[in-house]
Amino acid sequence: MRKEENYLPKSKFLRFFVRIGRFFKRLALGIAKGCVTYVKRFIDGSVGTKVTHVIMGFGNFWHKQIVKGLIFLALESGFLYLMIFSPEVNHTPIGGKAIANLITLGTTTGDVSSFGDNSMLMLLFGVVTWGIIIMFLFAYFSAIKSSYKADLDVRNGKKPSSFKEDIKDLLDGRFHVAMLTPAIIGIVVFTVLPTIFMILIAFTNYDSQHLPPGQLFSWVGFENFVAIFVGSGEISARFGPVLGWTMIWAFFATFTCYIGGILLALLINNKHIKMKKAWRTVFVMTIALPQFISLLAVRELLSVNGPFNSILKTLGITTTGIEFLGNADNAWTARIMVILINLWVGIPYTMLMTTGILMNVPKELYEAAEIDGANKRQIFHNITVPYILFVTAPYLITSFIGNITSFNIIYLLTGGSPTVSGGYIAGATDLLVTWLYKLTIDNTEYSTGAVISIMTFIITASVTLISYRRTKTYKEEDAFQ
Amino acid sequence: MTDNNKTAAPVKLKSYKAMERTSTIFSYILLVVLSVIWLYPILWILLSAFRVEYNGGYFVGTVVSHYFPLHYGLENFRRLFYETEFPRWFLNTIIVSSFTFVLSTILTLSVAYVMSKLKFKARKAFLNIAIILGLFPGFMSIIAIYYILKALQLTQTLVALILVYSAGAGLGFYIAKGFFDIIPNSLIESARLDGATNAQIFIKIILPMSKPIIVYTALLAFTGPWMDFIFARVILGETNT
Repeated sequence: MRKEENYLPKSKFLRFFVRIGRFFKRLALGIAKGCVTYVKRFIDGSVGTKVTHVIMGFGNFWHKQIVKGLIFLALESGFLYLMIFSPEVNHTPIGGKAIANLITLGTTTGDVSSFGDNSMLMLLFGVVTWGIIIMFLFAYFSAIKSSYKADLDVRNGKKPSSFKEDIKDLLDGRFHVAMLTPAIIGIVVFTVLPTIFMILIAFTNYDSQHLPPGQLFSWVGFENFVAIFVGSGEISARFGPVLGWTMIWAFFATFTCYIGGILLALLINNKHIKMKKAWRTVFVMTIALPQFISLLAVRELLSVNGPFNSILKTLGITTTGIEFLGNADNAWTARIMVILINLWVGIPYTMLMTTGILMNVPKELYEAAEIDGANKRQIFHNITVPYILFVTAPYLITSFIGNITSFNIIYLLTGGSPTVSGGYIAGATDLLVTWLYKLTIDNTEYSTGAVISIMTFIITASVTLISYRRTKTYKEEDAFQ
Repeated sequence: MTDNNKTAAPVKLKSYKAMERTSTIFSYILLVVLSVIWLYPILWILLSAFRVEYNGGYFVGTVVSHYFPLHYGLENFRRLFYETEFPRWFLNTIIVSSFTFVLSTILTLSVAYVMSKLKFKARKAFLNIAIILGLFPGFMSIIAIYYILKALQLTQTLVALILVYSAGAGLGFYIAKGFFDIIPNSLIESARLDGATNAQIFIKIILPMSKPIIVYTALLAFTGPWMDFIFARVILGETNT
């Protein structure tokens, strides 16, 4: 039995499906087990537990756990109130009606005299209501569990735990619950909920033509995906190039900064160079400045009539000034400039990190190599370089992902310019993320934006999962414990 | 060179030393060139702060074609302090950053510790979910966050910014977790044998010995809101109302 559990086919492609299959198998088993426990508790439990299946907290009253019982009862009545009466927030119901609204996304358009349906809020509140239902189910099962546990305690001749004891247990045996709850609430409200909302938007026609309040939007299925990947419009013509440039940018931005930073660290760490700290400080100063100040300054410096071009003019290199960041004739001028300026931002980080690593290379390695008669070049090639590469591999992955989703550099330096005709808002230097920003924040094309952010997510997620699962940090998480 | 003559070093060593010297000189030249490139924009920012120039009666900002200002002065500072709401903005930034850094440091450290040292059922699942959630681009969720805050009637308040900045802190626990991972388990086990509860272990034993990671987490939590402008623009701005 165990052997079969561990069996994985050699092909990675097949393994993936086997893993998915196993996940669903485990899920089904879990649900089945949950149902059995549910029935078992109902049959086996005391009268209090049996009533708890309908009125939450009754079992706790039965066992004189008054405070706990009151909490559960309050939860249930609050939930029922929400589901039956559907109170309105911003003229949109939340609760039972919100579930129905989630299907229609609104039917009546508002006018000056009356509030119409607000599709956006209906979608949002529908998601919120589903979240509340899931949380309620969770509370429902823990009410039964708590009551049943008290039953067992009585049966075993113990006293059911008092409220004080429960609180005390929260600081010890169930300490992780106390510590994680605030964080999880924050994550659910401000990360999970908005993310689900965003994914759902990709399946609607929420764009500049359908802007609530005032206009309704509705479900359109996979239309947006079709429009982007196989459609014949501007947007599908633009998606490929932007994705391509994003990958080119991520590749070059990562590796130029990586190699440049290592070389700079080696240069400063050369034993003949004096005042190492002073040199490092010069380069680290760029980190201390907020990017939106330094990058805007760089943009001004490089502008057509800016100081840098006037130097070039006096040197006689150009007469009119070179348009570094907005040259519409050749998009690659701006693209190469952006990668070069990114060096200015990125090299200091890699330099700092590499300096730390260089100081930590085990001295014995060098000594052993010297005894064996290796010369400097050999030591550098066979010890220093492999060591740096080994230690910085995870950093390389994170910075590659960071560059796929990097926003500041492009947005502040070029704003995506030079513009491309028929570019669907995206300029020649726009990455997926800056395009996304322009589409959603500036142009309210939310549904297209949602599809693009799902694509960005799929790219970054696959890079992360493939590479992280191979690193030692993931495989040997407990190595140092 | 005199040094070499005195010790009468072999010719080969001499040329090696000469080579090393030229390479050192080249290294210095390279470093100076690079430093000039790196300092060029930074010095310009500094100079621009003291730039007082008028062009046909109009005050000139940063849009100029010469690197060094023609006249130096404190005019920019006067305008900042007397003609804008700068003291108010500065205070707002400090308020938001301070509250955020307290809240998110607490959240990050508690999640990191739980993930590192306490073993419970959903631990591995939480770890994986945290990685995946961190990969979604934030802009789309900004819109939803904006409306959630609006439903809570919190938009265009500093409280909203503090909530948004600190709410996600529970996901950024990886570095702090790495730190807690290195603390030996035997320390915790011996404390448990002495009858300490998990809460006591965390507060009285782990936290006092984790100053470096507390400082690191707090610094990051403080500079995040201090330098961010995208969230602030959407949540406090008028663009989406």
